[in-house]
Order: sequence, then structure tokens, then C-alpha cells
Amino acid sequence: MSSTDATFLKPARPALFARLPIVHQLRQSVGLQRGMLVAGLLVTSLFLLTAILAPVIAPYGYSQLRDTAGLFGAQQPPGGAHLLGTTVGGYDVLSRVLWGAQTALFVIIVAVVLSLFAGVLLGLVSGYFGGWLDRVLVVVCDAVYAFPSLLLAIVMSIVISGGKSDLVGGVMAAAISITVVFIPQYFRVIRAETVRIKAEAYVESARVLGASNLRIMFRHVLRNATRTLPLIFTLNASEAILTLAGLGFLGFGIEPTEASEWGYDLNKALSDVTSGIWWTALFPGLAIVLVVLGITLVGESLNDLADPRLRGRRAVGASSGLVAETSVVPGGTLDAGPGGLDGLETPAHPPVHPGDDSEATR
Amino acid sequence: MSDIRPPVSTRSDPSAPVLRISDLGVSFATDAGAVRAVDGVTLSVRRGEVLAIVGESGSGKTVTAKTILGLLPETAVSNGAVILSSRDGASSNNVIALSGKQLRQVRGSDVSMVFQEPSTALNPVYTVGWQIMEGIRAHGTVSRADARTKAIEILGRVGIPDPEVRVNYYPHQFSGGQKQRVVIAMALVLEPGLIVADEPTTALDVTVQAEILDLLRRCRDEFGTAIVLITHNMGVVADLADRVAVMYQGKVVEEADAATLFGSPQNEYTQKLLAAVPYVGQGVVRAAARAEARTREWSAQAPVVVADNLRIQYPGRFARPGFVAVDGVSFAIRPGEVLGLVGESGSGKTTIGRAIAGLTRVTDGSLSVLGHEMNGFSERKFKPLRSQIGFVFQDPASSFNPLLTIAECVAEPLVVHGRADSPRAARARVDELLEAVQLPRAFGDRYPHELSGGQRQRASLARALALEPALLIADEPTSALDVSVQARVLELFAELQREFGFAALFISHDLAVVDILADRIAVLYHGRLVEEGTGAEVLGAPADPYTRRLLASLPVPDPAAQAIRREELAKLRAAE
Repeated sequence: MSSTDATFLKPARPALFARLPIVHQLRQSVGLQRGMLVAGLLVTSLFLLTAILAPVIAPYGYSQLRDTAGLFGAQQPPGGAHLLGTTVGGYDVLSRVLWGAQTALFVIIVAVVLSLFAGVLLGLVSGYFGGWLDRVLVVVCDAVYAFPSLLLAIVMSIVISGGKSDLVGGVMAAAISITVVFIPQYFRVIRAETVRIKAEAYVESARVLGASNLRIMFRHVLRNATRTLPLIFTLNASEAILTLAGLGFLGFGIEPTEASEWGYDLNKALSDVTSGIWWTALFPGLAIVLVVLGITLVGESLNDLADPRLRGRRAVGASSGLVAETSVVPGGTLDAGPGGLDGLETPAHPPVHPGDDSEATR
Repeated sequence: MSDIRPPVSTRSDPSAPVLRISDLGVSFATDAGAVRAVDGVTLSVRRGEVLAIVGESGSGKTVTAKTILGLLPETAVSNGAVILSSRDGASSNNVIALSGKQLRQVRGSDVSMVFQEPSTALNPVYTVGWQIMEGIRAHGTVSRADARTKAIEILGRVGIPDPEVRVNYYPHQFSGGQKQRVVIAMALVLEPGLIVADEPTTALDVTVQAEILDLLRRCRDEFGTAIVLITHNMGVVADLADRVAVMYQGKVVEEADAATLFGSPQNEYTQKLLAAVPYVGQGVVRAAARAEARTREWSAQAPVVVADNLRIQYPGRFARPGFVAVDGVSFAIRPGEVLGLVGESGSGKTTIGRAIAGLTRVTDGSLSVLGHEMNGFSERKFKPLRSQIGFVFQDPASSFNPLLTIAECVAEPLVVHGRADSPRAARARVDELLEAVQLPRAFGDRYPHELSGGQRQRASLARALALEPALLIADEPTSALDVSVQARVLELFAELQREFGFAALFISHDLAVVDILADRIAVLYHGRLVEEGTGAEVLGAPADPYTRRLLASLPVPDPAAQAIRREELAKLRAAE
């Protein structure tokens, strides 16, 4: 056959580095989608770096009111020793904003990890077994959905912290109250995926083999159901910050002596705004907006890139590219006896991936 | 209308081809870079001619067809020329160069399309009359009443009974074959010069397929419409096509009129493709040889599966009676015997297979699998017996966990039944199995999506045979595969059956496929077993009228023989 002599396109497996989650998407994206992803990643990494390096880069502590030169003074305008000025309580605004990143990161991690585990497990069990358990869980989740999330978070924070607000207590109160609100989201997504995957042929095939329910759930269903989790993860992270800021703003947050928290600072800056003191409200607010924007950009870009229909691709020239090797049997059917591999897969195109050692040694 | 179309070449020669494709190339932007799907294709279709484009999946036949209507997705870039003439030859356009508005004018009036799956091609929330009228009113100002009259007329002409009443029906009120008739009516209503039919009968049962092919033939003869028929079924090609183009890897490798192509194929690929098409009567000799080789004691052995008056009912909603999928079926499978189960969709053949594997519950009667009664079965008691049963699923794409390698998938039964501690420990056995199904050992390290359909189905056989089962259930194992691949998988199945000696239930809708493998054939119709016997009995001298019709409806890949069979079928239908 003349056409089999041509070079065919073989999907090559890229190096391990290029297959890492974010790196893979970054290389895959083009145009505006790439711009969004890069912008989101930049802002998010800035946030992460700030959170980790806060003790090093912040000029003062989050609860520091004085240095060797005496008290900072309240509502000092930006400039001099205090780049962004001081708050009504006499704290350094820049330091509070930088330290606030740490608190926000803590809350995100605790809230998302808690809701991830609880939501995924419940969703898996509920979707796989179905029946009355499924119905009860779905109703409970719907009820949580119907509840205003901030109100629920307030109630939870009162119940959990009991009025105390140290760093651990405050963070846990905020995180757990956010968890309660987020569990239904993970539950819903994992349950829907589980119900879909349960009907797939490979799950039936495992059932025909006599595999136990636990084995099917964790080996076959769970691993295939987690594809959309990174997306909800990023979107929930930004929501967690907003809820934390909302709690702090309403006065259910963390005391300034225990940790820095943007929502609390905004609340205290309320009266400043009307008297022309802009720096106490602007910077914590800006921090919230930037972090939420960055994480949301990453989430939305990942969402678009995960869907082949939304994913942008580089334009191709007319009649460019190679003809893909679509034929399963190059040159038509071949005759081969049992166990006789000659002339089966080996002829025209040896199944060797470039750069794959295990194949080359064969 | 024609004033907004820039005529590429205006001619009024009625003998000019209705479609000329010259040097068409289509490239797609994919994640892996540019991929060329169609490469230098040159074709032409004369007025009132049926041109069949055949080829295996991925050969570029559907992309070629979609280019004719300008239906390519945004990721595609095409070059070359697709010159489409209107029915009267008054104007012709290069479809590739047309704007969106001009394309909309051409679609429907110059060229229209019949889709593969009629149930998804019709909008379920509108009546079929509304959907036909929508097409009429999109081209020129026609009053509602006139459009309705036209819709009724066209429904009558495509063979829908009582078109005055049926015009107000919704798609779900029609059967699959009737829905395809409605789709064809929609394509015909503006009397286009060309219809592109993309696998128009693939989703239909064989008996319905014959009727739709008759209708398409009438489109050509009565309406004078040219048809581009995209199909992988050589029998359909032999039945309908005037000329045939064979596509392979994006190129047309052979083009000839139907009689010449089937009589003396020139290209090597065409020859192999035709040789791979199964035909009825292939397996009779082999089955007879197997039957002779069996000793007297064999028939005295206890059967592996015995169904006695088996009845399976799916529960209905809210006090409505349930759907009876299997109704009073009795059969037996002896050790080492292959029973072929044939029937059209909804006949209950898959339900029987699933009931034997313990995936569907038996409602009434008795089903004994390896001596275990399945009526009122408990998973715990049945579990040890599962190692004795292998199952091959229809769709090789979805029957493997996409996150496990082939070796891990094949090792799964060994691990589950405690024959190996981990997939790694089972690797030696897995390599043996892969070799038995003629896959290179290195394929064990690949992921399912890195294998082709045929290779996956062979790996699926390896998994089913891992525990050397006494019984193998194969549910349409080849219906998702191309003809050439199907031939290979069937051959392998026969080899393995000879080697391992398992009993098998082979489920298929294709009589010719079942005939190749089965010792005995059972024909199901609406949940009832209408006929059972050896291949020679059932296919040679069918006793039941349904079997006779099924057999006569099966198109054979030979235009001359198929013409005779068509007349026989017409007689058979008239006699009923």
C-alpha cells in the first residue's frame, strides 16, 4: 500500500514534568485562556509566597503597637516608618495585610481539606449504594444549600468558639463553618460522578469478576470521579476567603492580638472611610479582591481547559499536519495463527513510544 | 435567492455532475498539533446517482461528507474545492468558500443530510410536522397552511401511514424506522439535488434497515435525487450503491461502479476489506466438524446453563405493569458448546446474558448457572462461582478502567479471587494471557486509551479468560468494531474456544457473525425464543416466519445476488 509508507502521527508521551497538573494546562493553553491562567497563577503564587514569608517580609508583627521609638500612633497617613499608614487601633497597615495572608491560607487549607474528605466520602457512599441513605443525605444537603451560608457560618462560629477567639479557635471556627457549607458541593459532584460511573462497563465488569464493594468503590469509582475536584477546590478557596472576611467584618472573626484578619480590619475601618482616612480600608480590601480574583482566574481557566469543547487551540494552516494512523490493521487484515505474533502488530509501525525506555528494551 | 450566491461557474448543462470534489484536504487542530483527516480526495456525483463512500472508522469518510454541507467544526481547516450544483443546474457554488448566510441558503435546497441516529436528529419537544415546516419556511416565504400541506404530502410519500394525523405526532410516538423516514422526509421536502446520508441504517435493526434502503432507492428513482451514502456495511453498499469509493487513511484508494468493485476489486486494501465481510453459511462446515468430534458421553454431561421458562421483568413506575424483557425462554448450554443468541434490539438477548452473569435478577421460572439457581440468588453464595464465568462487553472503550494499565486490568480477576497478591505478582500470568490473545507483552504497560478498539477487545478477552472459566458470555463483542478488525477478533475467539474448551453464550444482532462461531443458534423475538437449532437448521431451513424475514433482510456483499434477495424479501413481505 502506498499510503502506509508515509510517516504517520503517533501520540508521543511527554516528559513527566510536562504532565504535572498545572504545567500541563499551562503548556496546553493558548491566547486569552493562557493569559487568564498566567495572571491567576501569578497572583496566587504571590499570595502563597506572602503567606509563607510573612514573618520575614512584614516590617512589624501583626499585634505590634510600639517599637523602640514608642507608640506607632493611630491613623497615621502612609509614608515614613509606616509605608501604608496605621489603623485606628494603632497597628501598621502593611504588616496587618501581609500577616493576613497567612490567616487566609490557614483557613483555606483547613476548610477545603475538611470538606473535601467529608464531602467526597459521603458522596461516594451515597452515590454507590443509593437507597434510603442516599435520599436522606441528598435532602440534608439540599437543606444546607437552602440556608444562607453566612448565617450558618455565624451560628457555627458561635457554637464552636463559644465567644473565644484565639488563632486556632478562630481559624477552626471559620474553617469548620465554611466546611459545613462546602460539604454539599463536594458531595453533589462526587455523587453525580459516582452514579454515572456506576453504570460504566468497567464497573459492571468488576462486579462480574466478584470484586467486593469496597474494592470497586475505591479502585474503580473514586479515582475516576475526582477529575472535577481541582476546579471546585479553587473556586471554593476563593469563597472560603470571602466567608472568612464576612465573618470578620461582622465581628465573629479573630481578635487582632491573636492573628491578623482582613475582614476584622475592614470592620474597624468603617468609620474612617467617612472621615477621609482611606488607607485603613483600601489595602485589606484590595488584598481580599486580589486573592479571590487570582484563585478564581486559575479555577475558571482550569475549568475551560479541562473541557475539549471550550479549550482554545492554535490555528492550523490549510492542509497541514500528517495523516493520523487511524487504521487498526495496516494494509487490511492479516492472517495469523494462534500465538503467532509475526505480522500482527510489529510490521509497518513498531509500537514504540519515543523516549519510553520500557518499550525500547523489549 | 440566487442573487446573493456568487456563482463560481454558471452553467445549465443538466448532465453536469451535481457534486464535484477536487483535491479536498481537511486538517484539524488538536491538542497534539495539526492532524490531516482528508488528504487529496477527488470525487464526483452525477445526477440521480448513489455514490457510496466506504472505509473503516477514522478513514475520513464522515469528514468528507460533512464538508459537502459545510458542517465542519471550527477547529477544521479545509482546502481544495467542493463544487455543488443546484438541482436544475442553474447555479453552482464552492461550498468551502461560502459565507454562513450563503451556506444556509444552500443547505436544504441544494443539499441535505440524513443522520445516523434518527432519535437524536429530531427535536423531542416539537411535532414532526413543525420540524418539516421549519425547513420549508426557512427557504422563501411560504404560508403556514401551504407548508403544512407540503409536510403532509412528503410524509405520505416516504411511507408514513395516515400522514394527515401523524403530522401532529411527536418524535417519540414513532418507531425507530419511522423516525428515520421522517428524517428522510425532512431531507427531501425542498427537493435537493443531493442527499448526504451518514450511516443511515447503522442504528436500525436489520429488518428495518431493508425498508429504509428501499426508501432511499425510491428517493433516487422517484425524486431523482443523488445520494452520497457513507457506510461501513458492505451489504448496504451492494444493495444501494451505483458507484463505490473506498477510503483508507484519508485518501480514496479505489473508485469503481458497484458491480466492478465487488466483482474484481483492484486495490489490495479493498480486496482484504471485502474478504473480511462475514456471510451466512461460513460456519456450517466448522460447526458440523465440531459436532462430529464430540463423543456420546458429551451429550450426557450436565449442561453449564439451563434456562427453564425463564422470565425477566423490569419494574414499572407507580402501579404500571413492568416491561417484560424475557418471556418464557428455555434453553441449555452444554460444556464446550457455543450458543449464538440472535435478535434485534429490545428482544431481550442482552438481558439473558446479564441474568446469567448475575447482573439482572430473574423474575420467574428457573435459570441454573453451573448448578446454582439464579432465581432469588444471593451475591454471597454466587461469588465463588464467579471465577467460572467470563464476560466480554460490547464496547471495548468503556469496559476498561481508564486509570489502570492493561496489565492491571487483566490481573484484576486474579487478584480478586486470591490467585495473586497484587497485579505485579500476577504479571507472568498476564503476559501469558496477552500472548494467548495475540497482543505483545509490552502492551500490558499501556493504558486502555492507547490501544485501538480491536486490541482493547482482545485484552478484554484476555481478562475474561484469566481464570480459565467454564462459561464465557460475550455480549455483542464485535459490534463496535470495523469489519476487518471484527474478522480478526472472531477468528481469535474461535481459536481460543478450541484451545480452552469453554462453553459460550455469544450474543449478537448479526446472523452472519453468530453463524461463524456458534454450534447452535437461538433466535429471540420480543422476549420469546422463536427458533433454536444448529446453524444449518436455523439458517438453512428456517421454520419461523420471523427468522425467515431476518435472514432475507440481511444484505449480502454482492450487488447481483443482493438484487435477487431483495425481490425474495419483497415476496416474503407481500405473503405475510
